[in-house]
Amino acid sequence: MTALAPPPVHVRHVSRRRSRPRSRALNVTVLAVATVLVLIPFLWVISLSFTPTRDAFGEPRLFPADPTLSNYATAVVDADLGRAFLNSAILTVVAVVTNVALATAAGYAFALLPFRGSRVLFYGLVSTAAIPASVTLIPLFLMAKQFPLAGGNDLMGVGGSGLLDSLGGVLLPYVVTPMNIFLARQYFAATSPDLSEAARLDGAGEFRIFWRIHLPLARPLVAVVAIFSFTGVWDDFLWPLVVTSSPQNQTVQLALARFLSTGNVQYGPLMAGAVLVTLPVLAVFLFNQRAFVSGLTDGSVKG
Amino acid sequence: MATAPLYAKPRRVGRTHWVGAVFVAPAALYLVVFQLFPVLYGLALSFTEYSPLSRSAPRVVGLANYAALLHDSDFGKALWVTGKYVLLVLPLTVLIALGLALLANRPFRGVGFFRSALYVPHIVSLTVVAMVWLWMYSPDGLFNHWLDGLGLPGQRWLLDQDTALAAASAMRIWKALGSNMVLLLAGLQGIPRDLYEAASVDGAGWWHKFRYVTLPGLRPMLTYVVAMDIIFLAQGFAEIFVLTQGGPLGSTTTVNYLVYTEAFQYNSFGSASAMAFVLFALIVSFSAVAVRGVAGRKS
Repeated sequence: MTALAPPPVHVRHVSRRRSRPRSRALNVTVLAVATVLVLIPFLWVISLSFTPTRDAFGEPRLFPADPTLSNYATAVVDADLGRAFLNSAILTVVAVVTNVALATAAGYAFALLPFRGSRVLFYGLVSTAAIPASVTLIPLFLMAKQFPLAGGNDLMGVGGSGLLDSLGGVLLPYVVTPMNIFLARQYFAATSPDLSEAARLDGAGEFRIFWRIHLPLARPLVAVVAIFSFTGVWDDFLWPLVVTSSPQNQTVQLALARFLSTGNVQYGPLMAGAVLVTLPVLAVFLFNQRAFVSGLTDGSVKG
Repeated sequence: MATAPLYAKPRRVGRTHWVGAVFVAPAALYLVVFQLFPVLYGLALSFTEYSPLSRSAPRVVGLANYAALLHDSDFGKALWVTGKYVLLVLPLTVLIALGLALLANRPFRGVGFFRSALYVPHIVSLTVVAMVWLWMYSPDGLFNHWLDGLGLPGQRWLLDQDTALAAASAMRIWKALGSNMVLLLAGLQGIPRDLYEAASVDGAGWWHKFRYVTLPGLRPMLTYVVAMDIIFLAQGFAEIFVLTQGGPLGSTTTVNYLVYTEAFQYNSFGSASAMAFVLFALIVSFSAVAVRGVAGRKS
């Protein structure tokens, strides 16, 4: 153990050490090499997506001799990507809306409107985030199948296929996630309750206070919840795989996987599809990097 | 997995808002029905024999499914594969991510670009990432092209049972680096600067600062990262589905992949549920052990 001296009272220039050019250069070099290594696969994906099919199985070339857009056309048509995009878009829009509404309301109450037992309930709900998807996969499948009054089922959930092979079925586990409740509570716990007090004195109801005052001010939180709901639903694979069967209900990830498993792999069109499917998520990331990172780190311990 | 910071004391102690319960009710009820209840349902299913195709109700068989798993060589192998997968990916990912986080923690021009670029694989779905690597590993894909350029013979990568799991692990390391790095970076930035200042005054060198300031300060975040990695890696499915379908000869069949085939190809829901619960129990215990190991009581 080194005994740490108390911090000096007068620090003239905090942490502006002599910059040692050599270590700085080494630093940047190592990071640059790592970044190149990480990005190489993406460069090849883009390259392959423009490579004519007849050249795809020859020597891999980073700059295709005669680039073409035909792979994109093939992917959209053969993998039925249009339909898949529509399905995934519907699912993500609904999941974003329900998560923003339900998870922020719950997180807000856990932070600013505590009630008897709210602490226990909060921890109970958040701990469900640790339940592996494979544990709930089979029961959720059966619940979707036995969903009352859906897909030809009667009130007891018997007789039909329920929500299996429907977008409603795919949506079941996405409607509200414990992680979003957690993020919302963290956010509102750091806001000032004075706002609410002032509004209460004016005679505003609690719901109005939340809806009209706190939620509009909580734009960073709404962004994080929206982004996490969006990427979670857009990228999920196992649940849609299990709950849907027909092509008209498939999500983008499923469409790609189905396209891959149809006989001979055509890497050109497959990569074109991969690019198209990844673009929305990448765009959201590039425009909201801060929200991405804060969502990831706020949901963890502060070191 | 929530390792929540200390719960802030509710303000205005003694006053309770019944209206808070109304705010919480929709989300809470939904999670109870679609997240908690399925766990109990699944546990109940694991004590039965049930095929969704049959008209008959689940038949209670007690512990028979679990007993059968003890002698099930496929399941044993899948547990082993899953364990190997976690052990191949986790230490390397955390070590490399820690190194990158330390490098990216120094402010300099353009550091933001590196941080973002390294994070990109985390944004892309596992399915897409696996497809990209499937091509790179294919017989005339990128890796064999490189080997060829070096005058070395091409490898069979995913087609050889001795290398398939390692190949899948390399892909997963590449994918997990960014999120691990960003979390560790946040941990590094949470360490009070004056500790470093004080250490410098004491004449501590680079290694001493790392050993006595950085590591202890990073411990909570490191614990969180390791626990999260175990939880996610042990559930590997999408990458296996795309890369190898569990082959060759079961060498990449993880427990989750086995659960999927048992349930949705062989329709034995009871036995698949038992497998899922054994995995669940193992994930919980291993992440608990890891948390104790990393969190340690050394100061």
